[in-house]
Amino acid sequence: MKRFASCIAAIAAAVLAVTPALAQKKYGPGVTDTEIKIGQTMPYSGPASAYGVIGKAEAAYFAMINDQGGVNGRKINLISLDDGYSPPRTVEQTRKLVEQEEVLLIFQSLGTPTNTATQKYLNAKKVPQLFLATGASKWGDPKNFPWTMGWNPTYQAEGRIYAQHILETKPDAKIAVIYQNDDFGKDYVVGFKGMLGEKAAKLIVAEQTYEVTDPTVDSQVVSLKASGADVLVTFATPKFAAQVIRKVHDIGWRPVHYLTNVSISVAAVLMPAGLEKATGILSAHYIKDATDPQWKNDPAFKVWEEWMKKYHKGADPLDGFNTYGYSTAQTLVHVLKACGDDLSRENVMRQAANLKGLELPMLLPGIKLNTSPTDFNPIGEMMLTRFDGKRWVVTDKLLSGR
Amino acid sequence: MDQHATTRGQGLRMAAVIAAMAVLVALPFFISDYRTFQFTQAIVYAIVLVGLNLLTGYNGQISLGHGAFYAVGAYTAAILMEHFGVPYWATVPAAGLVCFGFGFLFGLPALRLHGHYLALATFALAVATPQVLKVRHLEAWTGGVQGIVIIKPDPPFGLPLSQDRWLYFFTLAVAMLLFLAAWNLVRGRAGRAMVALRDHPIAAEAMGVNGAMVKSTVFGISALYTGIGGALGAIAVQFVAPDSFGTFLSISFVVGIVVGGLATLSGAIWGALFIQFVPNVADQISKAAPWAIYGAVLLVFIYVAPGGVAYLLSRVWGKLRR
Repeated sequence: MKRFASCIAAIAAAVLAVTPALAQKKYGPGVTDTEIKIGQTMPYSGPASAYGVIGKAEAAYFAMINDQGGVNGRKINLISLDDGYSPPRTVEQTRKLVEQEEVLLIFQSLGTPTNTATQKYLNAKKVPQLFLATGASKWGDPKNFPWTMGWNPTYQAEGRIYAQHILETKPDAKIAVIYQNDDFGKDYVVGFKGMLGEKAAKLIVAEQTYEVTDPTVDSQVVSLKASGADVLVTFATPKFAAQVIRKVHDIGWRPVHYLTNVSISVAAVLMPAGLEKATGILSAHYIKDATDPQWKNDPAFKVWEEWMKKYHKGADPLDGFNTYGYSTAQTLVHVLKACGDDLSRENVMRQAANLKGLELPMLLPGIKLNTSPTDFNPIGEMMLTRFDGKRWVVTDKLLSGR
Repeated sequence: MDQHATTRGQGLRMAAVIAAMAVLVALPFFISDYRTFQFTQAIVYAIVLVGLNLLTGYNGQISLGHGAFYAVGAYTAAILMEHFGVPYWATVPAAGLVCFGFGFLFGLPALRLHGHYLALATFALAVATPQVLKVRHLEAWTGGVQGIVIIKPDPPFGLPLSQDRWLYFFTLAVAMLLFLAAWNLVRGRAGRAMVALRDHPIAAEAMGVNGAMVKSTVFGISALYTGIGGALGAIAVQFVAPDSFGTFLSISFVVGIVVGGLATLSGAIWGALFIQFVPNVADQISKAAPWAIYGAVLLVFIYVAPGGVAYLLSRVWGKLRR
């Protein structure tokens, strides 16, 4: 009996001795000593195919990381599938990634309806649905969806930022708001009004909405002017934003004008509206604009340019999605590095929820990524910018929308 | 061909059908849940294609708008489940009935339109659908752009099946029922009236066929099949949203019946397999131009199997028997 006991003790000791070695390496699906397999869906075809650049930029960034030896010796293998922005296709392709390819996680899948279609499935399967390429605020809901995390500053956060700036600079403002009458526009208004708090009823003197199907928003703009407002906040998609800017100028209204980050494209919004009519408009940015000459000598920008030339040939450097994909891919690499040799799905989520002041080279200086087990919104800050007639000028005013 | 050979031919045919059914029933036990899900979708498409084939193949009315009925079926199922707590299996006939109504009513005025004009009228439906689903006044029901998330049904009676396999069998059972009904329909008086109206409308009416009634009813039945397909598809995908029902969906259905074989029931199966699997294969061959590959495959099918896969197979079958 004694011998038996000592035998057990010996076995236990042996097991204990082995255990730390085992704990060092813990792999979820898709991970080996040499590879980390991850997946995503992107609209390479269909109505939203302009966004496909993001997936290509991310693949190009991982190609560079792999050339440099990968993450802790493991190469990143991104399987990026086309869903044509059609939710049933997203479900099918995501299931293929999870069940057939057995990827470790889903990274940067694009679109709000598409990600909504797979959110329940991925959470039930406990597959990380990380850093989604959409600004809807519903992705930051760790209580109900502990496996889902966004990346972009949410529309609500951006709305709070404008409200905060108005409260600081013009506490007695008379505010007019125009927004798109859907989830996108309403998300903004929720954040905006929430920040104004009790003052919202007093400060907001007029509100107008438009439908995506409306031909113009001229009448809305005219009635907003009639309210006597001296601040205008526009939560509109590009086509309508251009109409608002033009009409406001043409009827001789000169309010302080805030414009959503969605519609800041000089080529697609401000030029059609008329650059002189857009001068003075305020907005909020968080990514460096690659066309802005002020970054020309920025070392981080030079590294980015080098990467564009070597790994992402043929891409249009004016396309802001390249800087976006570059930055999101960096975020994932950071998380995977932090995981060390514990590449289980649980640890990936733990590390993703443990970003502490992460700064990325192509984000504006001062913008930091922060997450915690109760906060799944990595980017909460943006910088106020002003359009000077040629380009957006960063005002060095960092505002938090958290 | 004497009586004896015919019976033997029918016997062989029966044997082939039974063998095919055995394969379909056994299939999910040999493949993964993900593949099972893909085949469930293929069966859903097969149901839609039977419906569209009744309309286009047998009755000669061209529809480029069946995606709209598919969407109505899907949303009927989703709304009934989400807002009224109706069990999933009960939403399937409900979706069929709602679509029958829509199809019949749309068929009435569309009767005055022939050939290409009808095709354009139905195309208008397909184009309008995604935007109509986003309309503000319906948002309380449809969920707007966000759509509706559906909970996947568990197998009943504690059957030891995964959700995907159960859904496959459920869909397969509905499909078999609908195939049988369609088979009965086209073999009988009604079927002959449909074909007669397609081939020679004036002669058919002179023989006493009520053209208006038959055509609208066929339109309704076709929409019923498509709506049932939509409901089953929504349950399988667990989600409906306006972006799920783009114009291309309607075009795919037409591609499906032509590739499978117009005016054949078995063609629906081949067409469904084409719709379900060819885009995936194309995506695997080329990331840059998947739709170019799709187009090339489509051309090959049209040249190799003019009249559809079903005709090709029956020709091959005929040669082998000789």
